[in-house]
Amino acid sequence: MRILTFIRQVLDAEESVRVSDGSVALENSKLVMDTMDEYGVEEALRLREGGIDAEIVALSVGPSRAQDALRTALAMGVDRAIHVETDVKLDAIALSKIVAQVAQQEEASLILSGGQQADWDSHALGAATAERLNWPQVTWTSALELKGNTLSGKHDVDEGSETFTLELPAVVTTQQGLNEPRYPTLPNIMKAKKKELRKEGLEQFNVTPNLKFAGAEIQVKNRLNKILDGKDVQAAASQLVDLLRNEARVIA
Amino acid sequence: MILLVVEHAHGKVSKSSYEMITAARELGGEGAVTALVLGSAVASVATEVALAVDQVLVADLPELAQYDSEMWAAAVAQIATEGEAKVVLIGGSRSGREYSPRVAIKLNSPLLEDVISLKTNGEALVAEHYTYLARVTETVEATGPVVVVSVKPGVFAVAAPRTVAAEQFDVDLNLPARRLQVTGKTAESSSRISLSEAEIVVSGGRGVGSAEGFTQHVEGLADRLGAAVGATRAIVDAGWRPYSEQVGQTGKTVQPKVYIAVGISGAVQHLSGMNKSKVIVAINRDAEAPIFKIADYGIVGDVNQLVPAIIEELRK
Repeated sequence: MRILTFIRQVLDAEESVRVSDGSVALENSKLVMDTMDEYGVEEALRLREGGIDAEIVALSVGPSRAQDALRTALAMGVDRAIHVETDVKLDAIALSKIVAQVAQQEEASLILSGGQQADWDSHALGAATAERLNWPQVTWTSALELKGNTLSGKHDVDEGSETFTLELPAVVTTQQGLNEPRYPTLPNIMKAKKKELRKEGLEQFNVTPNLKFAGAEIQVKNRLNKILDGKDVQAAASQLVDLLRNEARVIA
Repeated sequence: MILLVVEHAHGKVSKSSYEMITAARELGGEGAVTALVLGSAVASVATEVALAVDQVLVADLPELAQYDSEMWAAAVAQIATEGEAKVVLIGGSRSGREYSPRVAIKLNSPLLEDVISLKTNGEALVAEHYTYLARVTETVEATGPVVVVSVKPGVFAVAAPRTVAAEQFDVDLNLPARRLQVTGKTAESSSRISLSEAEIVVSGGRGVGSAEGFTQHVEGLADRLGAAVGATRAIVDAGWRPYSEQVGQTGKTVQPKVYIAVGISGAVQHLSGMNKSKVIVAINRDAEAPIFKIADYGIVGDVNQLVPAIIEELRK
């Protein structure tokens, strides 16, 4: 079988966010593979190490720099990579059109991708891709097994969690807790440089953005930052309760 | 028409549905506000929501007893097509955000996700939503004969009911078979007020020290204040608290009047679930913890000593 792992390159969550000219500025910032997607790469590798005969292909759509994230996936153990190179900002619905087409071309039967994008906070890619392919999907997966053609595992829902079974082909979205992604070792980083990283143009996918991005701003809510020293426990507790009751007026 | 899919639980309309009704009413000229009720034994839901909208469509079917993304998407897309909906509003719950992309693909429409504002400029629907783990507010525009929108819970005002009930109509649906088979459920219920509905939230992190520390300090303070209880990912992963209490990127998003963070250092993933709270209070040992940067009030010190003193102070 073939597993497609979709990955995105995003701002490292620890980096501070800057906005200039109505969009988030990424120059001179640390960019990494979206950690949510990393769980998908790791899970594909684990399924194979658990005895599934699979080729694992990583896909990314984005500017030239996105190939760094694909190299990381290759160094983790993915077999080959496809980079659809474009500077166009595509929303999840548009992006799903590319992922679905690549999945068909590659005859993939399992697609793994992150449950929420760390930059656009979108949840939509997994289900949108599944709908285009007429596949089922399972989201927010925290445990996964594959026996024959049957996936089973556990995923989070609105209240609590569920165990499930699902027949391939399917889309699975991943999240923290599913696994601990491995770090690429130096020998594997060297090996990854020899692996195939195929570049594709956007034209062939017949995709245009569905949304117009009209601006971004950082709305900093001014916080009072009245921070008390707690060395004198009684005094600090009394002062805090007084502030919440009589200044903020948020408790009775 | 504006179609909104009613979120409900235990035979009652959820608060998020009344928030969507506000969003729909504010759009005004896009047509009658039509509520779609999907589920099994949902007569009470339909009757309740009829007091707040122009029309109610009901699919009360045994096979809809349990949510399924493909069935929900098929139902909503069918009704939206038959009713020539211009806007489809879906709750920004985990399930809503799961099936709404499928609806958008079926309708060949754009998707506005998890919006915090929604208006029309005559040509396009203009919405704001959070990006970068809720640190940035982005404005997006969508055009088309129909636009699918998921609405972030806890942002829009709760719509007031009217005096006249709208008419209810039963609808026939062509539903697909369920492909995701649910084999077990871990339902997590709590006798406390729910996180998304609470005006006060007391949350605990690793700094509480132990499950016992959490019970004593976080639950103790919450009980005193009549507050909901929240927890960080680390606490939930450690098995000290159920997942339903998790606040953050992979848990719930809350916007209470006051959020009290006890022993929480403030990882960006946690902050994204609570940084829109009106007032933030932090109690933590480490003065350098990121939580203090977004706190209105705080105390640097030992949670084990400070929280009991605060509870004692509240008794006065």
